[in-house]
Amino acid sequence: MAVDSGSDAFVEFDRVQKSYDGENLVVKDLNLFMPKGEFLTMLGPSGSGKTTCLMMLAGFETATHGDIRLDGESINNIPPHKRGIGMVFQNYALFPHMTVAENLSFPLEVRKMGKSEREAKVKRALDMVQMGAFGGRRPAQLSGGQQQRIALARALVFEPELVLMDEPLGALDKQLRETLQFEITKLAHKLGITVVYVTHDQTEALTMSDRVAVFDDGRIQQLAPPDQLYEQPENSFVAQFIGENNTLEGIVKEIKGDTCVVQLDGGELIDAKPINVSAAGDRTRVSIRPERVEYNKDRLSPDAHTLNAEVLEFIYMGDIFRTRLKVAGADEFVIKTRNAPDVERLQPGQTIEIGWLPEDCRALDA
Amino acid sequence: MTDNTAAGPDQFDGAASGRPAPKTETADSGPMLAADGRPLKASLNRALRRQKLRAMMLIAPLLIFVLVTFIAPIADMLFRSVENQIVSETLPRTTTELATWDGDAGEIPPPVVFEALYKDIFIAQERKLHTRLGSRLNYELTGVSSLFRKSGRNVDDMGEVYQDQFEDLNAFWEDGENWNRMMATPDWLDDITAWSEDREGSQPPFEMREEVAAVLPETAATFQTFADFVQFEDEDNLANEDPWAIVYSALYEDLQSGADVASLSGPGATELQEAAAAVAGFESVDYTAAFHDVDEDWHDIEVWQTIQTYSPDFTSGYFLNAVDMKKSPDGPEMRPENEQLHIMLFMRTLFMSLVITGSCILLGYPVAWILANLPARTANLLMILVLLPFWTSLLVRTSAWKVMLQQQGVVNDTLVWLGIVADDSRLALINNQTGTIIAMTHILLPFMILPLYSVMKTIPPSYLRAAKSLGATNWTAFWRVYFPQSVPGIGAGSILVFILSIGYYITPEIVGGTTGTFISNRIAYHISSSLNWGLAAALGAILLAVVLGLYWAYDKIVGIDNVKLGG
Repeated sequence: MAVDSGSDAFVEFDRVQKSYDGENLVVKDLNLFMPKGEFLTMLGPSGSGKTTCLMMLAGFETATHGDIRLDGESINNIPPHKRGIGMVFQNYALFPHMTVAENLSFPLEVRKMGKSEREAKVKRALDMVQMGAFGGRRPAQLSGGQQQRIALARALVFEPELVLMDEPLGALDKQLRETLQFEITKLAHKLGITVVYVTHDQTEALTMSDRVAVFDDGRIQQLAPPDQLYEQPENSFVAQFIGENNTLEGIVKEIKGDTCVVQLDGGELIDAKPINVSAAGDRTRVSIRPERVEYNKDRLSPDAHTLNAEVLEFIYMGDIFRTRLKVAGADEFVIKTRNAPDVERLQPGQTIEIGWLPEDCRALDA
Repeated sequence: MTDNTAAGPDQFDGAASGRPAPKTETADSGPMLAADGRPLKASLNRALRRQKLRAMMLIAPLLIFVLVTFIAPIADMLFRSVENQIVSETLPRTTTELATWDGDAGEIPPPVVFEALYKDIFIAQERKLHTRLGSRLNYELTGVSSLFRKSGRNVDDMGEVYQDQFEDLNAFWEDGENWNRMMATPDWLDDITAWSEDREGSQPPFEMREEVAAVLPETAATFQTFADFVQFEDEDNLANEDPWAIVYSALYEDLQSGADVASLSGPGATELQEAAAAVAGFESVDYTAAFHDVDEDWHDIEVWQTIQTYSPDFTSGYFLNAVDMKKSPDGPEMRPENEQLHIMLFMRTLFMSLVITGSCILLGYPVAWILANLPARTANLLMILVLLPFWTSLLVRTSAWKVMLQQQGVVNDTLVWLGIVADDSRLALINNQTGTIIAMTHILLPFMILPLYSVMKTIPPSYLRAAKSLGATNWTAFWRVYFPQSVPGIGAGSILVFILSIGYYITPEIVGGTTGTFISNRIAYHISSSLNWGLAAALGAILLAVVLGLYWAYDKIVGIDNVKLGG
């Protein structure tokens, strides 16, 4: 696990555990260090413990064990309202009995800020999310996207250094979600705030974050920048969870430094990069991204191992072609090719030979 | 983000609104037509009519049930609060004659009124209606009830003066059959004779001879009344009945006023002529004096003023009474201080209902909050405890409070044991306002908790979390964010509790003593004990108006849309 520990950590989870019922740990031994200004996304399936981590950071849940530190100070015993952390909720949580401006003014009022200062800040925050004209409206009169902008402005208006977002875009439609993803990242970088963002949408995680923490079973499975996460998953779960992935199972035949040869269960040999395997004879699950599979022999090294594949289905998707193959007994093997003039459109029933560069094929834990 | 395009947010989600609908060609050239050439509007209405009709038929049974069993009785009851036909129906002649009498002059009504009164009371006592009228007027003037009862017993004697003189003059007048022969048509006489023999079918209704009716109008009218009464109210055979004394009085009157009996022929003509010649020498009756002999109250102007005041078919008297006023010759005026009761009761009812509503809010709010925030299993269990009172008899619960709160009761014993109150100064917790407030708060509490609970259930906990994350303390988060959203529940619960308590009857009756009773107890008293239904109806109508008025005010101030019973 790549964890950059150090004194410059702004948010720090130190061996944090959480149990609700005293029998099962929802969060198991969480260690996480975030520098100031980072946009970190907690990604994982539901029940993986990511929201619990966020709630512990916000102060709505207490850690069963371990320390959570903010700017070097333990906040375990500080009530939520004194933590000064902005938070955006999935259902927006805009107060329905207040107007938009009153909603934004609320955190300033409870901080006993003067009226003129409050109004100036509210106006600035509204302008920041392009909602300047909506101050007098009630939340119910706004659309979902507008409400989420207001919720964002409210979490930022009192200028917190850390903002937590709990699946803030979950209830919006795809197009709006993409626009807001872009805006949120832009805003976060502009203001230099530290953001912890929780989502179960991997595209969101990959496009927005500086680093992504993939949660499963109460643990961080991998913490890495998006490109690393996608291209170099460290275990089968991350490989499966992030993006589309082809999996082949087999036994490690031999390891030669940076590459290894894996004998698939059907007897075929392939090249791979050993990640989670230590010795010949280990069972392994090999992962290859669909877009890294090649059937144009010119692009493969001459000594590369290849597999025979039968084309089952060809799907035209506009920008790409998606072809389903039967490879080594498995018929869910998918390859993606760019829609370019020189790319051959495969026909169902056709038999081709496929291969890949050893570094694109990762031998992971079984 | 920095370029501030105001249209930014709208371009994603607001596109559909505010744009004029595209006009079609048909819209430009007249009304839109359906496929069959009819106007589209008419077609749509036709299509919807069947659905509406079917929907109406589905709810019709309930609608009829509500109308028959709820609206109609209430309307009837409210009508009683102004209805006053009993006076003009029982004393039709008297009220007509009395209309021109001026009570302020300080003189008793003229003799003609007393004569009318004699006839009215005579008929009324035959019908046994005079006591009912007596008790009706007794609400307005004490003593009238016995006055009418006494007069009813004595009117028989007054008329007999004339009856005796006619009978002394000629034995013809003694016999009812002679009267029938004189007054009735021959056809009817045949019919009644035939009917008397076999008694099959219904008695043939009496038919007056037109010549007699023309010559002896008063006699004819009185005899007709008598005949109708005998035939249809007593259901006796008219052929065997002797006329009432007032028929003789009427005959005396007709003859005295110079009826042209000579023009009459047929049975009784000779006897009539004989009587006409003799009446001048008859001893006449002074009804004014006669009634004075029965009861000297008949010469009391106040009695006559009361009768005159309540002569119209509709009266505001009950309503005036319900607000501690009364009718007087000079218009409405307040009753004397020691007779004022209802306004005080109304005020007490409103005040205590407010106190009860307030204490229900104070006690119910935390309970509802706990219920709404507990896990479902525990909440359901506790909800049963809240609902338990609903499944226990109201009487049992109220009686239990009687046991708890009395001077030697559990509460006082505990307080004495704890040394909070001395043994010789035990608290009076029952048979006063305190008792009513305690018991009714307990009984009405579920009506506050349930709407509060269902409203609180819909407030997501994320609001409180959001408020706290924005820097609000627990109290600020509650007061500024949670409480305003629970106000619709408070509103709904308050309306329920207030309106229920304003009309509550059993509990104040049992634990209220004299100082803790409500206006409803007074209404019940007038319905079941004093039988003054008109006053009870007027009190009820005022109560209804007060509730509707408060409801209206509530709608103006809080807004009825803000009331939520759930969802």
